[in-house]
Amino acid sequence: MSEHTISGRRLSGSAVPRPAGVLTVDDVVVDYRGRPPLRAVDGASLAIGAGEVVALVGESGCGKSSLARAIVGIERRTSGTVRLAGEEVPVLGLRRRAAAMTGIQMVFQDPNSSLNPRRPVGDQIQDGVRAAVARGEEPSEPHEWLMRVGLDPQAVRRYPHEFSGGQKQRIAIARALAARPRMLVADEPISALDASTQTSVAALMRSLVVDAAAGMLFISHDLSVVRRIADRTLVMYRGRIVESGHTETIWRDPLHPYTRALLAAIPVPDGAGRLPLAPQEADRDAWTEVVPAALGRMAPGEGA
Amino acid sequence: MTRTVLPATQPGPAADLPGRRRPRMRLGRWSAPLGIVGAVVVLLWLVVAVVAPFVVPHDPLAQDLPRLQAPGSGTIFGTDALGRDVFSRVLSGATVTIPLALLLVVMSVLIGAVLGAASGFFGRWVDELVMRVTDLVMAFPTVILAMVIAAALGASLLNAVLAALIVSWPSYARLTRGLVLGLRTSNYVVSVKLLGFSSWRLLLRDIAPNVVGPILVLASLDIGTAILLLSGLSFLGLGAKPPTAEWGSMVSDAVQNFDSWWLGLFPGLAILTIVIAFNFVGDALRDALDPKSVTVRGGGATL
Repeated sequence: MSEHTISGRRLSGSAVPRPAGVLTVDDVVVDYRGRPPLRAVDGASLAIGAGEVVALVGESGCGKSSLARAIVGIERRTSGTVRLAGEEVPVLGLRRRAAAMTGIQMVFQDPNSSLNPRRPVGDQIQDGVRAAVARGEEPSEPHEWLMRVGLDPQAVRRYPHEFSGGQKQRIAIARALAARPRMLVADEPISALDASTQTSVAALMRSLVVDAAAGMLFISHDLSVVRRIADRTLVMYRGRIVESGHTETIWRDPLHPYTRALLAAIPVPDGAGRLPLAPQEADRDAWTEVVPAALGRMAPGEGA
Repeated sequence: MTRTVLPATQPGPAADLPGRRRPRMRLGRWSAPLGIVGAVVVLLWLVVAVVAPFVVPHDPLAQDLPRLQAPGSGTIFGTDALGRDVFSRVLSGATVTIPLALLLVVMSVLIGAVLGAASGFFGRWVDELVMRVTDLVMAFPTVILAMVIAAALGASLLNAVLAALIVSWPSYARLTRGLVLGLRTSNYVVSVKLLGFSSWRLLLRDIAPNVVGPILVLASLDIGTAILLLSGLSFLGLGAKPPTAEWGSMVSDAVQNFDSWWLGLFPGLAILTIVIAFNFVGDALRDALDPKSVTVRGGGATL
């Protein structure tokens, strides 16, 4: 994987997008109107290369989903740019999305609301195929995609309610991948699934994305799954990316206090019956501090 | 369903499946007995509405029978103050009222659904405009507003329909707007948008089929209300003009001859049975279309 991986170093505000990155996110800010207005994402920058899986982790409400939605264009960005292969990703409006922009696709958290209940799943996967063909890609068949996500290819004529949650999520993944995206944004795709299904769906997503030489931004709060599938990890706290870099490096030697607290909260099934330390309220102030060394961390053995 | 990964050499999925599976509206869901009773009564009245002109024993407008004759002596439902056969007039009433009520509901649905869908989907000024107009109409009591409009337009059955139409489309617009608004931001609609499909395609193929069910339920429940409204306007002298055999105006005539109970009872029963029947059908339809009532076939679906 290392030949595909590009550095996760935080780009400065005026940085020119790197041609190697499929997705370049530069200083994105997302605000929600209200009194007072809420800044959900406070200047996030990242770059993801082809065949690279990047995880975005953090507690509920830290702005992970807002960032994901701003990247694909569902959420309006207050400032900052998102580029897919050098082209700016526009905000989704009433106009139809340009064919080139169907190269970025999203998988949602809730598999039950991701599929149209009144259309056979094959038709819905066909929508993805159509998007790929419109972009000049090779045509494919919906049943091939069902097979690829581990489902019965004969199920193309079935309706979403005839599937379990995990199966629906696989179908949503099949539809997104049938569009042959260059970038897949997955917003907590496994958190609505049961524990045994979570790992298999996450592993499946990784292998399909890497096979297709696409990039993936995988949002999760399940750190053990992230460790298994992500090349790089971004840790987000209160709208900012506080630590980023090679997954294993962060896992073994977290530098930022928030990352440490996050990793300490994972239960260890070692039979000792220890409960993980609950993060202390008093520590929260320390978590907002900026630790420059925690950004853009390299794989063990790579040069600093 | 189990995870069976078939080799690519297997016949394609289209090869051996029996037909397309529809998820809802199977006859089994119509098990609600009241729904079946309602459907039978509605069907009977529809048949009556079609065949009445050919099968009535007397001309419903002819005044050639003894006046105010009680039922049984020569006529089935008796005769009215002008010597007309009540039975023939009740049957003919179906021909007058039911098509107009259906027309009224269909037009309300069309106008309301189109405006409501536009309102919910496009939002902004379209939404503001449509919703303020519906607010305006809904701010008045339905029957009173219909009376005012019908009185202003002049007493005729078509004007009564027009007045009823003006007061009845907003409920469809509201319902449709709410449904479309919810679906517009739903994940599957957003997913289809991300795949580069146009708004029209989205609206017609992904949103409309999910909105039709609740509208259909409201419409079937509303046919009863429409019949009541049209009959009510006729009762008040704002709808059908004499000598038209319309149920509401027949009940209205009966008020002047209160001792002759059969004059009001039979057209009243006609209104009652068809209104209740349409309500039963509407209720059954609502149950049948409720996603929660859907059973998963081939149960035990796990990964």
